[in-house]
Amino acid sequence: MESNLITEDKQKNKLEKAFEILKTMASKPSGLIGLTIVLFHVVLALISPYIAPYDYKAISPNTMLLAPSAEHWFGTDSLGRDVFTRTILGGRTALTVTFFGSLIALLWGGLLGIFCGLVGGKIDDVVMRVVDAFLSIPWILAMLLIVSLLGTSTEVLIPALGFFYGKGIVRVARAATHDVIAKDFIVSARARGHSNMSIIWNEIIPNVRDAILVEGAMRWSWMLLGFSSLSFLGFGVSPPTPDWGLMISNARGLMSFAYWSVIAPIVGLSSLIIGINLTADAFAKALGIDRSTKAPV
Amino acid sequence: MNEIIESVKNLSIGFNSQKGKQISILRNVSTNIKKGETVGIVGESGSGKSTLALAMMGYIKQGLFPLKGECLFKSEDLLKMSSRQLEKIRGRKIAMIPQNAGQALTPNLKIGYQIDEALKLHTDLNKTERDKKISELLHKVRLPSPETMAFRYPHELSGGQQQRVAVAMALAGKPDLLLLDEPTTGLDVTTQAHVLELLRFIAKDTGTSMIYVSHDLGAIAQVSDRIVVMYAGEIVLEGPARKILKEPIHPYTYGLLKSIPKLSLAGLPASMPGSQPQPGSINEGCSFYDRCNLANDNCKKNSPDLEHIKELDTNVRCFNYKELINQNNNLQTSITKKSNNSEANEVLKLKDVSISYAKQKFFDQLLNKISDQNPTVKDINIDIKKGETIALVGESGSGKSTILKSIAGLLKTKDGQIKFEKDRILSSDLKKRNPNDLRAIQLIFQNPDESLNPNHTVEQILSQPLKLYFNLSGDELKKNIIDLLKKVRLGEFYMSRYPRQLSGGEKQRVAVARAFAAKPDIILCDEVTSALDVSVQAAVLNLLQQLKEDLGTTYVFVSHDLAVVRAISDRVAVLYQGRLCEIGPSQNVYKFPSHPYTEVLLGAVLEPDPDIKPKLVAEDIVEEKPPEKGCSFQGRCPRKIGDICNSEVPPWQIGENGNAIRCHINIDELASLQQ
Repeated sequence: MESNLITEDKQKNKLEKAFEILKTMASKPSGLIGLTIVLFHVVLALISPYIAPYDYKAISPNTMLLAPSAEHWFGTDSLGRDVFTRTILGGRTALTVTFFGSLIALLWGGLLGIFCGLVGGKIDDVVMRVVDAFLSIPWILAMLLIVSLLGTSTEVLIPALGFFYGKGIVRVARAATHDVIAKDFIVSARARGHSNMSIIWNEIIPNVRDAILVEGAMRWSWMLLGFSSLSFLGFGVSPPTPDWGLMISNARGLMSFAYWSVIAPIVGLSSLIIGINLTADAFAKALGIDRSTKAPV
Repeated sequence: MNEIIESVKNLSIGFNSQKGKQISILRNVSTNIKKGETVGIVGESGSGKSTLALAMMGYIKQGLFPLKGECLFKSEDLLKMSSRQLEKIRGRKIAMIPQNAGQALTPNLKIGYQIDEALKLHTDLNKTERDKKISELLHKVRLPSPETMAFRYPHELSGGQQQRVAVAMALAGKPDLLLLDEPTTGLDVTTQAHVLELLRFIAKDTGTSMIYVSHDLGAIAQVSDRIVVMYAGEIVLEGPARKILKEPIHPYTYGLLKSIPKLSLAGLPASMPGSQPQPGSINEGCSFYDRCNLANDNCKKNSPDLEHIKELDTNVRCFNYKELINQNNNLQTSITKKSNNSEANEVLKLKDVSISYAKQKFFDQLLNKISDQNPTVKDINIDIKKGETIALVGESGSGKSTILKSIAGLLKTKDGQIKFEKDRILSSDLKKRNPNDLRAIQLIFQNPDESLNPNHTVEQILSQPLKLYFNLSGDELKKNIIDLLKKVRLGEFYMSRYPRQLSGGEKQRVAVARAFAAKPDIILCDEVTSALDVSVQAAVLNLLQQLKEDLGTTYVFVSHDLAVVRAISDRVAVLYQGRLCEIGPSQNVYKFPSHPYTEVLLGAVLEPDPDIKPKLVAEDIVEEKPPEKGCSFQGRCPRKIGDICNSEVPPWQIGENGNAIRCHINIDELASLQQ
């Protein structure tokens, strides 16, 4: 009778659900490629200290600017350091800083956006105008100001990047909240007399979580680019720590005759960004919140 | 007359499921449309009626494809035509009138221009001829002042007028066949009756064949010559309208007709158990087997064919139809409900309540007052007794939902008081109400798809009020949830389900269970059955009545459907433009004399009976704002007596039946006028 309506959607626990989503993501070539790239970079970042063939900071005048060879796969840089070693190590700082940075951005941006969307009115107006004001400031200038005042340690970089990349998430979270706020189940919770906190936690977050997570994943790739730009300008990671942005910056003057030392970090950086973008797209599609589908004509 | 213009032969339409299985939505459908005939296709949501109708104009929705069979329009198969060939037929030979004309008309083009486009495409007339034709068409669909109407934009028209424009556009190409997909579903009762009347006139006047698709047997009964009843993608019964409606010989149609609340019957309609099977879930036997009370073993194993019965001119898909012949007087029965004790105490009292949607001006904001001389809802006085069901009835814009929101505390009142239990005034600000008052008043919404959080399981949904009001947890919480599910006739295994895994009726049951979880004194029901199919609606109404009798809850029941209100309510309050017109015991409100507006509303109700025609006593004009002075119904009143109606608010008069009417006409005179 009525029970035979339930055919396909069986009950799953959370782990199975996550696995299901991963499976859906990997079922399309673009998603599979993205996931593979991201997984490759994460694994590489974890094991690179143990597999690096050379010391990343060993300077040697004898091995300056060597072309790629069996000994130095990606050649050496202007100080005689092995480019392969520095490339596989170069993503570690960037990945860590931007991962935690995005988490912070997600948290404050998401929560503030949801709160503004729920309460509306004057509080919403004021907060959104402040966010707009911050959006109008070129973030890199503000970042430069912060790091020149507070230094370039990861303890400064993570919250600072998290702050600047969270502004966009506020808007997304607020819009997603507006989509659900008019629904009757929210009205119903209000009429029952639930507190705002309880409504946010129980009714809104489960419904906007997916949209915000996808936005966060996109922000992660942008933040990666931003962080590398900072390093490129000399405000990110301090030498001799290997970092892609820094490596590109150091090697760009020698690009015309020692191209290898600039190509390797560029490939590293861009592949990771493309990988994260593809993964975020596949994630959005797997969750069914991608809006780029054709109109049903 | 007997020329067949379209014939569908053995048509099956289906889709491929994610697992690669072929699932059919339409199964082996065959029917003929004769010239000049109006065929009503009726069925509940998911029965395949729209898919069939669209296939009849050669259109198949994305994702679906024809599995076999053909759609012959004048012996050409529409499903095999190229889009170029179809272009020549659509609009010119077969035209369609959509459900929601407001969305089908381009918002930034004038009405006349849009009709002109259709004329340019489908006729060879020149400019002056077309202009003449436009006003002719607008005249034909009985739009007021057709000359100026052509220069208006769609948003300047009411829903009924927009629907009329859509009819005019469809007629522009002089089609042989008109396809109507739920053309009156979104409209108010009076407008609906007017549009149906127009369609009937056009069918007769132009000789156009019509296919009328609807879930509403009342509307179908008014227009159709022949009726096709669909169930789970199959035709289960087909025959002359009168035969189908008066002597249905298929158990599904019989049950469907019994589950429709009727104006002539007090008491609740009988409900059918279960719900329609999902596409692809029927493997063998009759698709109605699960819900049928005539079913036997044969029905489980073998699927019946559509059998032609000569003496009744009917096709039926049932092995046991003979049992239904000659026992159809039972159609006019209903379940009597226990009447409540009218001596009971007052539980809620609305005293001079006015509600305004007007935006506060700056100074008013400072002084914290609302200065709106003509508020949306005004002077509402209703005393609600414990254990009764009071219904607020009216068309859209009558303020019925607004009043409900105010009682729930979701909307501030401008003036007046809402008193709860022994003259305790409820604050109009939700935040200032104490938790016990919040618990005592619960809401059930119209659409369970929106009122249940899609990301919560049924267990989570029901635990919200239990945790909030009673601080339950652990085993006790679980026990309470199971009890609640039992109360609404759902099993324990529903706890882990998500709303999307439930049918419409099951979802509404969960919503009902959530309201009862708070052990409320009053439940506010906002159009709780209008999103449901007819057979499910009857079941939910019966459930609500049962729960009320068991638990002594008071219902405030808002609905636009007078027949539903008749079935469930003890008392009825009729509202127009936010003002009360009439209030009284329901059996008396449905008798005469009544307020002219009640008379108009009652006259427009569509009964699933070809012999009961709606009585159209007033124009279906839509008024956007209540009048500032005088009677609220002055603009449309068929019995208006003069200036007094425009200048003075009519007094309350109490009839001998106990219903109070607000009208300038003496109540005895009103009685003689309405005889």
